[in-house]
Amino acid sequence: MNFLIRFTVSKLLHLMLLLAAVAVLTFLLVSVSPIDPIDAYVGAARRVTMTDEQRALIAQRWGLDQPLITRFIRWLGQLLQGNLGESMTYHQSVAAVIATRFQASLWLMALAWLFSGVFGSTLGILAGATAGSWCDRLIRLYAYTLSSAPVFWIALLLLVIFSVNWQITPICCATPPGVLLQDVTLWQRLHHLILPALTLSVIGIGSLALHTREKLVEILQSNYALFARAQGETTTGIVLHHGLRNVALPALTLQFVGLSELFGGSVLTEKVFGYPGLGDATVQAAIRSDVPLLVGIVFFSAIFVFAGNTLADLSYRLIDPRIRIGGIER
Amino acid sequence: MLTVQNLSVSFTQYDTGLTQKQLTVITDLDLHVNAREVVAVVGSSGSGKSLLAHAVLGILPHNAQISGTILFKGEPLTRQRQASLRGKAIALIPQSISYLDPLMPVGRQVHQAARRAGVATTDIRQRVDHTFSRYELASTVKQQYPFQVSGGMARRVLVATAAVGQADLIIADEPTPGLHPDLVAETLNHLRQLASAGKGVILITHDLEAALQVADKVAVFYAGTTLEIAIAEDFVNGNLRHPYTQALWRSLPQNEFIPVPGAQPNPDALPDGCLFSDRCPLVTDACLTERPSLRLVRGAPVRCIHAEG
Ligand code: SF4
Repeated sequence: MNFLIRFTVSKLLHLMLLLAAVAVLTFLLVSVSPIDPIDAYVGAARRVTMTDEQRALIAQRWGLDQPLITRFIRWLGQLLQGNLGESMTYHQSVAAVIATRFQASLWLMALAWLFSGVFGSTLGILAGATAGSWCDRLIRLYAYTLSSAPVFWIALLLLVIFSVNWQITPICCATPPGVLLQDVTLWQRLHHLILPALTLSVIGIGSLALHTREKLVEILQSNYALFARAQGETTTGIVLHHGLRNVALPALTLQFVGLSELFGGSVLTEKVFGYPGLGDATVQAAIRSDVPLLVGIVFFSAIFVFAGNTLADLSYRLIDPRIRIGGIER
Repeated sequence: MLTVQNLSVSFTQYDTGLTQKQLTVITDLDLHVNAREVVAVVGSSGSGKSLLAHAVLGILPHNAQISGTILFKGEPLTRQRQASLRGKAIALIPQSISYLDPLMPVGRQVHQAARRAGVATTDIRQRVDHTFSRYELASTVKQQYPFQVSGGMARRVLVATAAVGQADLIIADEPTPGLHPDLVAETLNHLRQLASAGKGVILITHDLEAALQVADKVAVFYAGTTLEIAIAEDFVNGNLRHPYTQALWRSLPQNEFIPVPGAQPNPDALPDGCLFSDRCPLVTDACLTERPSLRLVRGAPVRCIHAEG
């Protein structure tokens, strides 16, 4: 318990430092960027017809005529009260946009995370147990290919095969067109999720498989594997009794750390599949110079990635008996 | 129970590029173990003593080639026989706790040893409990992970993994590395008890002193070969036959405490004649031409042409 308190406090401190750094950097970057907030707000059509007086009036109302430091403090004040501003793209508060969008993304990422975890570790264990064989070589080739293939390319490939040629999966979106949201069945949702989730899972599979393989090879050369063999255990038995147990923890940790890549990958995936998640919103916000939404997403992703790394850290401490009971740090 | 004759083990190594190299680590090794007997295999590191254990169990790496004969209960130990006997009729006591799975409670590991030894599933629990109390291990130790088990406990757990089955031959690979003398005595005592219960015990060690506390016979290994298989009394009675064994005996603290000068030859630069010739005070030209064969002198096998009856 004592440990959990210490852990939580130190992590919270870290998070606060991280968010402070993100706040300063984001603010500086936005203020030196060529985006003109007034232009972005009024849109291309009004930009030309607007007089200089009108422009100055808006600037004054928004406090754009104030010095940088004053603007930063005012912005930070709003931020600390939880006000992330209004999204110009969706005409909703940024918090609301992120909340709804993230819900859609969460399903996608969760499914992809599960896929890559199951496939990646299974492949890695198979390859590690048969290290040096044709099976191992095939899996490694596959893993290397997957980890070097760009996500959008895999997305397009899957779309061409499954949605265009075979027509067994939908070509876009999260729900069928022309169906009211409350009438969408769970099956329809899953049906729309399957290709994007598969694509996104590809990011994790390769590295997880290779990592698991490495780890298992190491385990099979360990003293305890040799002793198990001396006791008459077969390679399969060693993998089942000792391999899985010892491989699980590093694999799980890698999966948690991989959450950040998953988040990045979801931007491209959602774009290709027209899936209305947070990644898709990020692209929209960037195209329309929707600064409040972009900033909101930056903060959100920082927290998300931080959470992934914290979970990775925590999994080690809660599962590994050497640290949980013994307090031995690696 | 176990007879090893002319055992040789070599490894195929890849040198720079693709040239293969044969590295012979065991040459003409001999050993004989009876039931109710503790045979110590004594040699410094690199003398091939651990590899002997692995060769008997059939767990050498794939790039190892073996020649010679290993008989177990009078029949050749083929690969198939090794696979069906290891863990069951032949058990290994490893040298340290690092031979246990770091993420599995020790009770489960003894349990697994019993299962692998072929103990009937319904009896395993009882057998494990019995073994734990036999070695005075509290049942709370079962739930502990290897890192939690203290040095002395760890010794007993390792012995327990071998004693929980019904192996006839037990190979203890360096079971007393750097232990407190009390723990050494306790561990050796456990081995003696296993032998008294009718098992054959091989005690592999670099510690001649420890070996003499418990062994009936002492096989002296040097550069991968057996130089002499002496009876334990031969040491105290001054009845040793081989110059190396004599030097080893003299090097003990209670004797003259003079270390044997020189070093064991490398496996890739073995002398043509007697393997001990470069350090032997009695060396003659005859020693350098040919490897001495094992012959009986005063009732015990020795590999020296000048040993006298
Ligand atoms: S054979 Fe010769 S060199 Fe070898 S131990 Fe005997 S006397 Fe020494």
